[in-house]
Amino acid sequence: MSLRLSPYYRLLMAGIRQQSTYRLAALGGLVANVTFGFLKVAVLFATVDAAGGELNGYDIGAMSAYIWLSQGLLGSINLSGRSDLANRIKEGDVAVDFLRPLSVQGAAIAQEVGGSIWSLVPRGIPSVAMGALTVGMTMPTTVLPYVLGLLSLLLGITLGATAVYVVATFGFWLIETRGVQILYMVISGFFAGLFVPIDLFPDWLRILAEATPFPAMMMYPVDILSGRADGPESFVLIAAQVGWLALTWFIGHLLTRAGRHKLEVQGG
Amino acid sequence: MADLAPYRAVLASRIRSQRSYRTNFRLDLLSSFLVGLIELAEVWILFFNVDKLGGFTFAQILLVFGMADLSFSIADMVFGHCDGITTYIRMGTLDVFYLRPQPLLLQLISSDISLRRLTRAAVGLVTLGIGLSINDIDWSLSSITLLVMSQISGIAIFSALFVCAAGVQFFLINGAEMTNAFVYGGRYAASQPAAVWNRPLKVIFGFFFPMAFTAYLPALHLLGLTGPEWLPAWLAWCTPLAALWMWVCAGLSWRVGVRHYQGGGG
Repeated sequence: MSLRLSPYYRLLMAGIRQQSTYRLAALGGLVANVTFGFLKVAVLFATVDAAGGELNGYDIGAMSAYIWLSQGLLGSINLSGRSDLANRIKEGDVAVDFLRPLSVQGAAIAQEVGGSIWSLVPRGIPSVAMGALTVGMTMPTTVLPYVLGLLSLLLGITLGATAVYVVATFGFWLIETRGVQILYMVISGFFAGLFVPIDLFPDWLRILAEATPFPAMMMYPVDILSGRADGPESFVLIAAQVGWLALTWFIGHLLTRAGRHKLEVQGG
Repeated sequence: MADLAPYRAVLASRIRSQRSYRTNFRLDLLSSFLVGLIELAEVWILFFNVDKLGGFTFAQILLVFGMADLSFSIADMVFGHCDGITTYIRMGTLDVFYLRPQPLLLQLISSDISLRRLTRAAVGLVTLGIGLSINDIDWSLSSITLLVMSQISGIAIFSALFVCAAGVQFFLINGAEMTNAFVYGGRYAASQPAAVWNRPLKVIFGFFFPMAFTAYLPALHLLGLTGPEWLPAWLAWCTPLAALWMWVCAGLSWRVGVRHYQGGGG
């Protein structure tokens, strides 16, 4: 089967179309990203200044790159824990999904990734551009970090989708998963380095963060794109991303199979 | 009071419904607690790296964080689910609310009350308690009045922010993420030492969305500090005015939004 006709490819495209429908919402998201970005600039620049101009390898330029890249990725990497699938499981619509000759997991992830990639266009790129123009940032001057960074970014986006899928499958047992979803949102954002780069964490907390897949979603792509991780280190980070991706995909697969039996017991 | 009976009945049923999915409810309580704790951790990590930020020590920022977070979580408990309006609009279920002889906003507020957020308010309350006890505060009738007044105004300011965001949703349709970012951005701004802000931020979060009034300015006053350019400590006495202003914005946003709404068809 050629790629173009693959149902997963079409679902990916459908995800893009769905996201691109709500243009005003995307503009709103951008405004929010940028506003939040300036608040982070204020408090994190002040922290670097208070530390004497350099803090764990972050000077003002590097901190700025961290802030604007992470703000730019905010719309693309699912750190909210929300997904359509969670609703479909709660409402029971997922029973219909199981009847289709498609992997429920593959379909849900393809659609989610599509939407996330689209968000880079109206939100990701403009956020970064806005930061670069107003505050300025230190970025690498060679090509390699951008190539590896792009790959790492795609892995991060997909990892976000596979992890959120796992959260949604809890619904087979819990029905209402809002509690898990909020728990996920709180922990993922913090450990992904959304508010403060994890290199500023105390050692024990940074190690704890590294034991979760969350830094691989956002912190790693940001570190690679900004040149904070050098060549060999980038490959290590990317390998870690692939590992997390495989693990979360596998867990999602197991939970889907178990959940399907549970659904049949309930009368599917 | 007879006309409040329907709301009481609805709220009671909402509270029962939240407790019916028991595991979920316990997770809700736990995650709300963690939300509070992690927000505090974000602030702590900055002070783990430096001694002072925007003229505040960690002990002093606890006061700001406690005041901001307590006001925010109480407002969130009552008004926080207003962002659910996007789902009602998209599904067309908002039209049902129009059929009932009660004001739309009141129905929306009473459609849920989030008990789970109690644990988060507890984090704010404990932090505030610690902040008040470890700092050198000159206790007098005036400082107590200021504290109580700013807490009440703070709750009003954050509540208005939620209503403002809900009004904007009538235009954005799928924009919960944006308004969320504004509301949570507002909370984030409220717990910062505002002295670190540049001028545009002082205009936006000092005055337009008066976040500095919810905690930073009152804390300055309680601690006997003078405050940075544009945000002198005496402004703390103007928190009720800031709350009033925010509710004017909320009223406008809600009215314009409701007028714009054309129904979900069907």
